[in-house]
Order: sequence, then structure tokens, then C-alpha cells
Amino acid sequence: MSEARFAIGIDLGTTHCVLAAVDLQASDLDEVVDWIEMIPQLTAPGAVEERPLLPSFLYLPHPDELRAEDRTLPWGEQPPFVVGELARNMGSRTPIRLVASAKSWLCHPGVDRRAAILPVEAPEEVQRVSPLQASMRYLEHLRTAWNLRHPDALMAEQDVVLTVPASFDPAARELTAEAAAAVGLGNHLVLLEEPQAALYHWILATRGQWRKQVRLGDIILVIDLGGGTTDLSLIAVTERDGSLELVRVAVGDHILLGGDNMDLALAHAVRAKLAGQGTQLDPWQLQGLTHGCRSAKEILLSDASVEAVPVVVPSRGSRLIGGTLRTELTRDEVARILIEGFFPAVEASARPATRARAALTKLGLPYAQDAAMPRHLAAFLGRQVEATRNLAGFENRLPENASFLHPTAVLFNGGVFKAHSLLDRTLGLLNNWLTAEGAPPARLLEGADLDLAVARGAAYYGYVRRGRGVRIRGGTAKSYYVGVESAMPAVPGMEPPIQGLCIAPFGMEEGTQAELPPQEVGLVVGEPVRFRFFGSSVRRVDQVGTVLEQWAPEELEELEEIEANLPAEDRQPGEVVPVRLHAAVTEVGTLRLEAVSRTGTETWKVEFDVRGEN
Amino acid sequence: MNASHSSFLSRLVLALRAAWRMLVDHEFASSVARLEQGESVPTGSSGAGQPKPTLRDTLPESALQLLALLQQEGRFVDFLEENVTTYSDAEIGGAARVVHEGCRKVIRDHLQIAPVRDEAEGIRLTLPAGFDATAVRLTGNVVGQPPFTGTLMHRGWRVTEIKLPKLAEGHNVQVLAPAEVEL
Repeated sequence: MSEARFAIGIDLGTTHCVLAAVDLQASDLDEVVDWIEMIPQLTAPGAVEERPLLPSFLYLPHPDELRAEDRTLPWGEQPPFVVGELARNMGSRTPIRLVASAKSWLCHPGVDRRAAILPVEAPEEVQRVSPLQASMRYLEHLRTAWNLRHPDALMAEQDVVLTVPASFDPAARELTAEAAAAVGLGNHLVLLEEPQAALYHWILATRGQWRKQVRLGDIILVIDLGGGTTDLSLIAVTERDGSLELVRVAVGDHILLGGDNMDLALAHAVRAKLAGQGTQLDPWQLQGLTHGCRSAKEILLSDASVEAVPVVVPSRGSRLIGGTLRTELTRDEVARILIEGFFPAVEASARPATRARAALTKLGLPYAQDAAMPRHLAAFLGRQVEATRNLAGFENRLPENASFLHPTAVLFNGGVFKAHSLLDRTLGLLNNWLTAEGAPPARLLEGADLDLAVARGAAYYGYVRRGRGVRIRGGTAKSYYVGVESAMPAVPGMEPPIQGLCIAPFGMEEGTQAELPPQEVGLVVGEPVRFRFFGSSVRRVDQVGTVLEQWAPEELEELEEIEANLPAEDRQPGEVVPVRLHAAVTEVGTLRLEAVSRTGTETWKVEFDVRGEN
Repeated sequence: MNASHSSFLSRLVLALRAAWRMLVDHEFASSVARLEQGESVPTGSSGAGQPKPTLRDTLPESALQLLALLQQEGRFVDFLEENVTTYSDAEIGGAARVVHEGCRKVIRDHLQIAPVRDEAEGIRLTLPAGFDATAVRLTGNVVGQPPFTGTLMHRGWRVTEIKLPKLAEGHNVQVLAPAEVEL
């Protein structure tokens, strides 16, 4: 490995970014020297402060809006855009120029991720950016901030671990790696799933004692409820050569549901209450109200003796006392809106409600349609009931009639769980489900630093990768299939049925290659050829070359199409060349697909199509 | 107003002004530190060879910067500039929450404030000779020689760290809050 001095963990979050580091030379076994790197950023025009969090917001100011000197960064640059706290602040007043949730756009299959589409609501004259560029801006800011402080250990030369949601599909992972490479961080880059990072942080925090807190046969459920997304993973505790090992056995779907939804729901409820009293709020005041509701929520959910917390919406004008609206948020309202709305008591058999999406009249993010987190959790555990069936040591752990996988321990992560009663509520619901099936209740693994754990865990993973601690194994959390038309006589008016050809099995580790499937597909020289592409988080035994004639809708999830381009070179355009599709997982952790010619001497890259549906 | 009351007020004003200047003016702070450690600070009557003690104007930058932060987060200037006599206590109380929460955040984020004395208020303590007279003020029956024994009435506060935002060259600190014009 390289002579990196630090392992750097980057949590490139939907709502904020965090930078953490481990000093590789100063650390020894369980004595890890790690810290959160402060991030200098504009906090007001012309004012730079260091903060542990960099809000993931990009503001594109009008040329007359901010003077160049008021955009000066510590490294002497005055870029024509603003990143971080000031961006968020300015965007609350001028949302048409604010890029937010770039990460959710990065994995939105409906749009071209390389096209300048953000902010969606921006008027013509604003120079828009692509979801990829927005991510690059954040990474560039983090890199430059690090380099300023560590001029003899530039970030590009360190081991960089960048976290992604476990539910990110291969295309979104590749785009994330591409953004990192574009700002010069591609040299020693590794991607890590966020729930795994949270568990690494837990391991780090036990200072070597984790082996005493889990035992063989444990199934750890990680619930990562961030600002914008819910990310679920299951990690089993197994044994190899007499010592405990961790294997990530399943990850959940991409659910755009997070703490911001909850604060907004509270704000809307309070707004309705004010409207009932004859007071209308403008959008600016709603922002203030959302902020007030967040603090009020944290107080009400962490102190059972408080019945109501005043919420004050300051006036926009300079008359503070005369214009301020005062209302309050009560315990009952929080219980009704948050507990019943987001954490309702449901059975383990509950499933998220889905409704047909209205016609896409407006470009927007595919937010979760069902806000009830426990239903998403129940669906995940139900779908993964077989996840440990073939794992050594787990064969008979689950009763025959179990309707969902029974976790034995839970690790919570994300700022939402600072409200301890939401954590208790979720654990209580899970334990009711477990009790109903005669299983013992799951234990709580005490996490800490709910906002910063992912970055710290990521930096620690950079250290662990050098063989100095336990690694979570598991590889890819899905098997992958290309859609091939089955050979049958054409029936007028009917699309030829499609078969799924497995090209990458479940659990491929970083740096490994799948076998070549025996089946060939035809590529047309000089023309892009597209294939439908599928992933399955439940078909664990399919091998390369397995052909699925049919499948249940929840078994295979259709991903974005893949596309191969065969340059003409010494062939005739239009000629059909038989190839086999070959899958590999790179060292970075992205899926790479290639078309291999019959002779095996020629290969062409197969790209994920990230240009959206149209 | 009786004489001792007014002299206490004027001393309080002086103490606040001095405390502020110590925060923003290194030189002043070190002079005070020397004074407080018993070094004689040259006075006008102390001889022809000594330079005259001078007073100088402090740069207002940090003061304005802190004021701008208090306004930005806690609407501090708005609050002080408003005429409170026309409002009810409930109305003022509502606004005070905004001011309190915001200003507290500014103070917490930018200053580390610790009590001067860690003992509980009301406890009896003894001050040895050479104690720090800036950090501990004697009141009441102030006679005799140290060590002094007395009751801790107020723990005092001291700033252990101050971290204000870095400012861009050419940034106008006199604008505490820009006027807002919505288009």
C-alpha cells in the first residue's frame, strides 16, 4: 500500500458533509488517534468560520448579490458560488438559486445526472449545475480545506474513504467515485456503505471491547435515519478460525425519508394552527418556524416533564417585538404528528403504502410516499427473512414460521435519534414484533456522535483496511441481471418476454471478477446497444449464467439501462458481434461491466446510462 | 441616588468597558495583567525619564463583528432599538426568546466562558497574598493585610477562549445587518 500518513473519512451527506481522519502512524491496534477535521466556510458575507459540519448546499448568487471580496475563502479564492452555511442561509431567502439534496438527485433514475438541471426552479439566467458537479463542489471544498491545514499531507495522497448510502445503485456509486476522481481524489479512494461506517464507529468507540458486546449468531440491524434518507442494513456476527467476524448480509431500498421531513411536518401543523387564528406565514417565516419546531421537538422528546415548548417566529422586519409570532408546540402535537405520522405502531406484516405516481408534471425527487418508517422497516425485514439461511452457524437460528428476519441487536444512527424517545419507540415496535414470534427482544448497541459517526467510522475503516482491526465482509448486496429477449416466435401486439441473465452473483468482494457467462449477446458495430438491467437483494444463490424466465415483482428491481458502444474500427458498421458480458467489482467498490469478444482478446466498457428516462 | 450606588455603577461601567477592551485589545490586556500582578505602571508623576501613560483608541472591528453576530442570530440590535414601553410583558417575552436563544448560541459558539472561581457561591474562602485583584474583587470590610477570608458572593466569569470569524479584506464591518429588499 501507499505511504499515506492519514486515513480520511468523508461523509458526503444529503444535508451536510463531515470530514474525519485517523493518524495511521500514531495509531496502534485499539489505540486509535482520530478526530473530526474542522471545515472553514463562509458563514456570512465576508466572514469565514470553522465548523465541524459543512451543510451540503450550493448557492449560485446573482453577479450583483455578493461582492467578490465577500466570497473570499481561506485559501484566497473567490469562486462565483457559495458552499456551506452561507449557502444554506442565503438559500432560505432565495430558494431559486439554491442547490440542495444533490446526493438524492445523484441517484434519481428519472434525470440526467450529468446535465445542468439544478436548481430545478431556477430562472433561465442562472447558470445551473449538474448533480455530479454539485457533489464535486462539496468534495473540492473539503479537499482544499484539508490541504490548507495539511500542506505536507495532501488529501490526494492519503487513503480516502467516501461513504455512500447502502442503497445506492451501481450507477450512483460510479457517479460518486467519478466526482471524487474529478477533484483529484481517485488515487487511493474506497467507497463504504454508511450503515457499515456507523458500525465501524461503534467498534472504534468500544476500544477493542466489541467482541464482548456481541456474540456468534447475533444479527445487528443498523438503522441510519439521516436528514434526507433512511438507510437499513443487516450485519451478522459469524466466526472464522475461532474469531468473530462481521458479515453484511442485506441492505434496504433507497428511501427518501429523513429528519427534515419530520421538522417540516411539525412546521406545517403549527402553521395550520396559526392560520386558524387568522395569521398567515410567508415562506421565510415558515423557515424560521421549521427551525423553531426542530429545537422544540428535541426538547419535548428528550424531557418527559415538559408539556409544551414555546415556538417563536421572528418578524422579518426590524420591529422584533411587534412582529414576532408566538405559539407553542405541545407534547400531544408532537406525539400525534411524529409518533403517529412517522413511527406508528404497526404489525410486522405491515408494508408501505404505494400509490401510482401522478404524471410527472413537475421535476422532483421521488420522496417516499409512505412516511411511516416502521412499515419500511417491516418490509425490509420481511423481504430479508432468508438472508441468513445459507450462512454458516445460522442455519437453524430462525424458527420455521418466522415471517421476518429476527435481529438480535440494533444500532441507531443519524441526527433524528438525538430525540431519544424516537429511538425507544422504534426499538419497542421491533421488540413487539419479535415477541409476537417468540423471539427474545433485540439489544440496543449504544452509539454516540449521531451526526459525526459515519465520517469517523469511515476514517477508522481506512485504518482497519491496513489489517489493524475487524473488517465487515459481505461484498455487493445484490446480484445483477441483464434483460435478454427470449427466443420465441413474435406475437403481434405483444412484447417478446424478457429473461434475466445473471452476470454478477450476490456478495462479490472489492477487487474480484465474476466468471464469464456462457450466454452471448449481440452488439451492433457503430451503434449504441442498450440492455435492461436488474438487481436483486434477495436472490443470493444465483450464479453467473443463471437465466430467470420469470420473477416476482419484489424479487428483481429494474435499474437504469446499460449501454455498450462498439466503435467501428476494422469492422463494418451495422455488423453484429457476439459478446459476453463480464462483471467485476473495482478496488474502489464500484461495479464495472465489460463486453468481451468471442476470442476474449477485445473488451469494451459497458456504461450505466445515467441520462434519465427521456 | 446615593453616592456609593452611583460609584458602584460607574465602576461597573468601567469594568465592562475594560473587560471589553481586554477582549479586543491585546496591548491593553497585557497592561492590565502587568498592573494586576503588582508591577507599577508608569504614572505621570513618576519621573521625567518615564514616558507619559497614554490612552489610545481601540479598533472597533471585533466589537462590530460581535454585534453583527448577535444581530444575525439573536436580533440583538432590533431588540435594543425597539421601544419596549408600548408592549405587554407577554409580547416582550416572546421576542426575548428569540434574542436569548440566538445570542446564547453566538456566545457559546465563539467564546469559552468559565467561572473565575470554581467554588460554590456562599462558601467561605481565603485569598493569599498576591491574589489576582482583577479576577477577584474585594468588597465590604476591606482592611488589614492578606490573606483575606471572606464569602464568595459571585463566582465571576472569564473568557478562556475567543474565536471570531475571519473577515475578508475590505469587508465593511459597519454594516451590522444589511437592508433586505425582496424582488
